[in-house]
Amino acid sequence: MQTYFIELSYLLASILFILGLKGLSHPETAKRGMHLAEFGMLMAIIGTLMHHEIVSYTWIITGLAIGSLIGLAMGVWVPMTAMPQRTALSHAFGAFAAALVGISEFYRSGGHLETITMSALGFEVMLGSLTTTGSLLAFAKLQGLVRGTPLTYRGQNIFNMALLALTIGIFIYLVVVPGSMPLFFTMVGLAFVFGLLLVLPIGAADMPVVMSLLNSYAGLASAATGFVLSNNVLIIAGTLDGFSGFILSILMCRAMNRSITNVLFGAFGSAATATGRDGPQGTMREVSMEDIATQMAYAKQVVFVPGYGMATAQAQHTVRELAQVLEKRGVTVKYGIHPVAGRMPGHMNVLLAEANVPYSSLYELEQINPEFPSTDVAVVIGANDVVNPDARDNPSSPIAGMPILEVDRAKSVVVLKRGQGKGFSGLENPLFFKPVTGMLYGDAKDTLSRLVQAVQEA
Amino acid sequence: MSTESLITALYVFVLAAFLGYQVISRVPPLLHTPLMSATNAISGISLVGSIVTAGAHYNMLSTILGFTAVTCSTINVVGGFVITDRMLKMFKRKPAISPKDKAAQLKSADSADSDHNK
Repeated sequence: MQTYFIELSYLLASILFILGLKGLSHPETAKRGMHLAEFGMLMAIIGTLMHHEIVSYTWIITGLAIGSLIGLAMGVWVPMTAMPQRTALSHAFGAFAAALVGISEFYRSGGHLETITMSALGFEVMLGSLTTTGSLLAFAKLQGLVRGTPLTYRGQNIFNMALLALTIGIFIYLVVVPGSMPLFFTMVGLAFVFGLLLVLPIGAADMPVVMSLLNSYAGLASAATGFVLSNNVLIIAGTLDGFSGFILSILMCRAMNRSITNVLFGAFGSAATATGRDGPQGTMREVSMEDIATQMAYAKQVVFVPGYGMATAQAQHTVRELAQVLEKRGVTVKYGIHPVAGRMPGHMNVLLAEANVPYSSLYELEQINPEFPSTDVAVVIGANDVVNPDARDNPSSPIAGMPILEVDRAKSVVVLKRGQGKGFSGLENPLFFKPVTGMLYGDAKDTLSRLVQAVQEA
Repeated sequence: MSTESLITALYVFVLAAFLGYQVISRVPPLLHTPLMSATNAISGISLVGSIVTAGAHYNMLSTILGFTAVTCSTINVVGGFVITDRMLKMFKRKPAISPKDKAAQLKSADSADSDHNK
């Protein structure tokens, strides 16, 4: 009877999780969908508390209480600009939990597990461990605790591959010859180290792919836990998470015209400076605030193209303010969002939504590109590679073939940039040297608020 | 785990993968960040595994590991759902009128040359 109740609560949770994710296909239905998923989670937890093996609730309640407090604090206080860091941290927590459950199961059985269970457990613990440290390093890079530039050394890929091969070798040995506790913990340790080495050579600009990939690993670790515990809701939820991350990684890679292997082992940014010498010639034209303000004030259509620079300058509210001033004058304002702008999938959309920009003005790459020729002013805010025309025009460019926002087709382009330096990828951007392009240097937020004033006076 | 239950588990896994592909490829890029935090919260369901480990008194180590796992998973579940809700609340089709904007709008309505077009 009790078992039936637990299994039914899991079935209900599975259904509600799927309905919840289905709700995310549209912003209107998303909130309700999430409430369904939350209810499903509650049911599953209540069901589990009736499990017959549980003899003491002390540690369960303590864990639930501490976790809820920390989770709530994070949920309420984390600013939207820090969303990539928060997500990286939660991948680490999820994966760590999966790894711990796996370690506990192995220890409890004294290492003598059936072949099938041991295979699933090995996957769970390996994926869980490497995702934990990998996500923590990603967190440190995003938070600025560690430099975001890729860290590479000679023979890095060979060393990493050898380490991975050793880890998998131990795993296979443990499946065939079960029972060795020291070997098991060696495997766990190696997986922890491998996670760090995996993320070390990856640059800040590639973070959207890595975030999606770590998301996928964390989900698959949960699914493997489901195999170990023969628990279907765990398999379903873990697989949904794993595949969501996988689909996002593919989308992000496609948006950069690169393969996953290239992102993981290419160490972009260190090798990409080869084209430096014969780069674009000419000078960047700095323009005056008044000129731009007049152009914008009398434009028919202005398109904003935000990048990570907008997030670091926390300029989303000022962008919105400028847009409102323009809209009041009858200017049509749109926003062009590149899939890999920012540090995680959908980063820019969330920031603009926070600043009260209606989602009907946010346009995807394919939607906004045909509009640039009829756009009077395109304003690039702290974006670089996603508007680099070299990706389209120069087949020898390291980013050749990457779909870009074609702002250079607009009648006039304004680039808001912190300084004259290159982007994160270290590539020259010919856009900055084009005659249609005007540069405005300085902190994006500051520049924008002065623009608001100038437009109001124009 | 017996061979039969492995086969059942594999069925569940493969079907969930297909379903996941169908459901998630319909999520627009607009909602990719909420999607990530939502799936994160949902996969915090590994909490149910951790709860049993923490409460079953298998041995001291298992209880400690289980307790830690319960804490980590709960952070994800609670934090993930709270943050997803917070984000989804911000996505609006029409801009919400904040008091500051309202004042600005009234001001522009007062001026005669208001060329407001909707």
